[in-house]
Amino acid sequence: MAENTIKVRIKFAKYGAVKFIGHLDVMRYFQKAIRRAGIDIAYSGGFSPHQIMSFASPLSVGHTSEGEYFDIEMNSFPSEEEIKNRLQTAMVEGIDILAVRKLPDEEGNAMASVAAASYLVGFREGCQLPEDWEERLKDFYAQDVISVVKKTKKGEKELNLKESIYELAIREIPDNSLMDGMGRRNGVYMLLNASSGGNIKPSFVLDTFFDSLGVTLPEFGLLVHRIDTYKNIGSEQERKLVPLIWEK
Amino acid sequence: MRKLALSDEILMQVEKPARYIGNEVNSVMKKKNEVQVRFAMCFPDVYEIGMSHLGIQIIYDMLNQFEDVWCERVYSPWVDLDAIMRKEHIPLFALESQDPIKEFDFLGITIQYEMCYTNILQVLDLSGIPLLSKDRSEEDPIVIGGGPCTYNPEPFCDFFDLFYIGEGETQYRNLLDLYKECKRKKESRREFLKKAARIPGIYIPSLYDVTYKEDGTIDERIPLEEGIPMTITKELVTDVSDTYYPKKPVVPFIKVTQDRVVLEIQRGCIRGCRFCQAGQLYRPVRERSLEMLETYAVEMLENTGHEEISLSSLSSSDYSKLPELLDFLIEKCDERKINISLPSLRIDAFSLDVMNKVQDVKKSSLTFAPEAGSQRLRNVINKGLTEEVILEGSRLAFEGGWTRVKLYFMLGLPTETPEDIRGIAELSNKIAAVFYETVPKEKRNGRVQIVASTSFFIPKPFTPFQWAPQCTKEEFLDKAYQTRTAITSQLNQKSIKYNWHEADVSVLEGILARGDRKLNQAILRAYEKGCMYDAWSEYYKNDIWMETFEECGIDISFYTTRTRGDDEIFPWDFLDCGVTKQFLLREWHRAQGESATPNCKMQCQGCGAARFQTGICMEKKGE
Repeated sequence: MAENTIKVRIKFAKYGAVKFIGHLDVMRYFQKAIRRAGIDIAYSGGFSPHQIMSFASPLSVGHTSEGEYFDIEMNSFPSEEEIKNRLQTAMVEGIDILAVRKLPDEEGNAMASVAAASYLVGFREGCQLPEDWEERLKDFYAQDVISVVKKTKKGEKELNLKESIYELAIREIPDNSLMDGMGRRNGVYMLLNASSGGNIKPSFVLDTFFDSLGVTLPEFGLLVHRIDTYKNIGSEQERKLVPLIWEK
Repeated sequence: MRKLALSDEILMQVEKPARYIGNEVNSVMKKKNEVQVRFAMCFPDVYEIGMSHLGIQIIYDMLNQFEDVWCERVYSPWVDLDAIMRKEHIPLFALESQDPIKEFDFLGITIQYEMCYTNILQVLDLSGIPLLSKDRSEEDPIVIGGGPCTYNPEPFCDFFDLFYIGEGETQYRNLLDLYKECKRKKESRREFLKKAARIPGIYIPSLYDVTYKEDGTIDERIPLEEGIPMTITKELVTDVSDTYYPKKPVVPFIKVTQDRVVLEIQRGCIRGCRFCQAGQLYRPVRERSLEMLETYAVEMLENTGHEEISLSSLSSSDYSKLPELLDFLIEKCDERKINISLPSLRIDAFSLDVMNKVQDVKKSSLTFAPEAGSQRLRNVINKGLTEEVILEGSRLAFEGGWTRVKLYFMLGLPTETPEDIRGIAELSNKIAAVFYETVPKEKRNGRVQIVASTSFFIPKPFTPFQWAPQCTKEEFLDKAYQTRTAITSQLNQKSIKYNWHEADVSVLEGILARGDRKLNQAILRAYEKGCMYDAWSEYYKNDIWMETFEECGIDISFYTTRTRGDDEIFPWDFLDCGVTKQFLLREWHRAQGESATPNCKMQCQGCGAARFQTGICMEKKGE
């Protein structure tokens, strides 16, 4: 870590055509945007210095979001407002800077801080849902144990999915949402474990649910939108989740 | 928000969907009802290749500076999307508006290498534009071809309505004004093309007929309209410091081949290597001013956010203000943590010093392009690089800490003998020996790594070797085998790695490069039989090509291995690239006499380019 730098967290939204840009390319995009915006970012040492930048949680290709975060370190700090405005002028359609926050020195980096993420999931045309799917989903969530096998890098692992679902509810997708053409239809709201060791994808939850009904959705049937990404300011036992940028 | 031409379901299925969504930084959006001309600019290969091409960026920027024009981009859909579009009847679209290409006024296709000819047909086909110019209606876009391959447009002329010969900066305004006028007067497509044929640099293939002699060579070209030129002279920018150049090039989301700011420092080359087409086509050499390059470098870096800048030219070491430019760039780039990449520098004390400043010596390698293994053959090809210079450059480099050397050679050059081929191995060996002499044992970190690569020589139009026979595939492979054997018999063979190019594809490239109008039907047929992305070895279908030539009654040796007589009329002779045929013939004879020719800076050879009254031709000669 460079000395005497200021830690800054940036929150952004991603929607429309750019939802097809993968995580690594989004990082490259921001590296270039920071240069275009003339942000006084700190660089690492060495022969090929790179910007000190760390992303909270990768978003899958095809998903939209209004709760993406990354941290940078800066050599000088004009103001949150100015950084936000300068960055916003360097954006393309579909990526908006939502907030900029100077962080206290002791704040952990964005990636390590992530504890959970909330999602709204819609169903595209072509998804043949059972008439009573909403009731059945409530029953599914009411179980104490939802036993699943999760594929990990090391192999397969059995776990209780219920422990990783912090909230689940049927929710109407608002008309003005970033989820194209989904307005006014019912979708599924979920708050899921998104920590580096226990990340659960919203599609995994719904695939598990529909599997239990014997229903198979089309391959790209789900439209996933991330609402926000959270850190835990409570304890292991008693979670208190707040967005990565929040007002005390 | 823009609506994409492809559904989410399709975009999720294909590899790298970002190839098809547009919306990149600096891509230009206009309102279609506020422009009068819609131009789709195409590079007929995959996005990452097409987006790396400077020429399109220049034309795109220029056309979009015209208020009445909206220029958009289109590339070849990759094979996965290609299959989906055919199956689901989705028309090819432009990246910016996502509108079908068929709705455009113009489709401009840049043709940079022979192996993309079938992709031209892919783009037309997916767009729903008839493949043959003669079958197109008033509703279809005017299909324009440009780029280096259009210096012999005849093998694919049936697919184009119009060719623009030469540098794009000069005549597009006139061409578009003529188009608007014809549209206003409700004149037909044919009427527009007939009038366009009178604009300098514009070639309308359908307005000429060609007759052949019994031996298959050209007898005569017959213009089918009164008042159209018999010879079409290339277009050229006379003042390269006061012209169009993009200050805000498009920045792709995904990693492309050329993922950096590209600063073209000059056009043309003084060297006159006899195998090199670019060295003749872009004469005379014209330098951009230092002031222009400094201004553009800074603005382009600011407008793109790229972390690297690269100098582009055929031979950067020949740029007269190179030290000043590099000093400027090193200073500017150091404060912004920007990398400088320096291709095509001659290896000497100066360039090693510069490279030492801008690159990590341990990670980079040095490149020499001797092109031929012996001094005799280097004289034949007029490559003024001597063994002494290569060995001295290597010695300096090894002293400076470099341990990797790349060497480029060609096999199958005119007059080549087994001794010349052995020379490749011997030169590689000598460079390795220089390393072991120069670097004491205790300072070595393993062996020196020398990579010798050979490509097969393919004679190209408008070069002194346009008369030369090309080798057969068997001869090519035998030469590669001889090279390999010679390398393995060297003392330092363990330090030398040898790579060679595919022979099949070199034969096809040779056929297409010096082809005539008779090849149109074969290219069309090969495409119909599934050939596409021929430049990608995994999709290259040599059997289908060879079978197609046979079906079409085309003898490939007529185009490749045949020696052309001094007085033969070539398919491309009606084009004037600035360099005269007499000059090229003189050079061909000098090559056979193994005699080198001084470069443009040393002494004017009267190639013909001086008539453009610009660049090196206007400077005093002699050093």
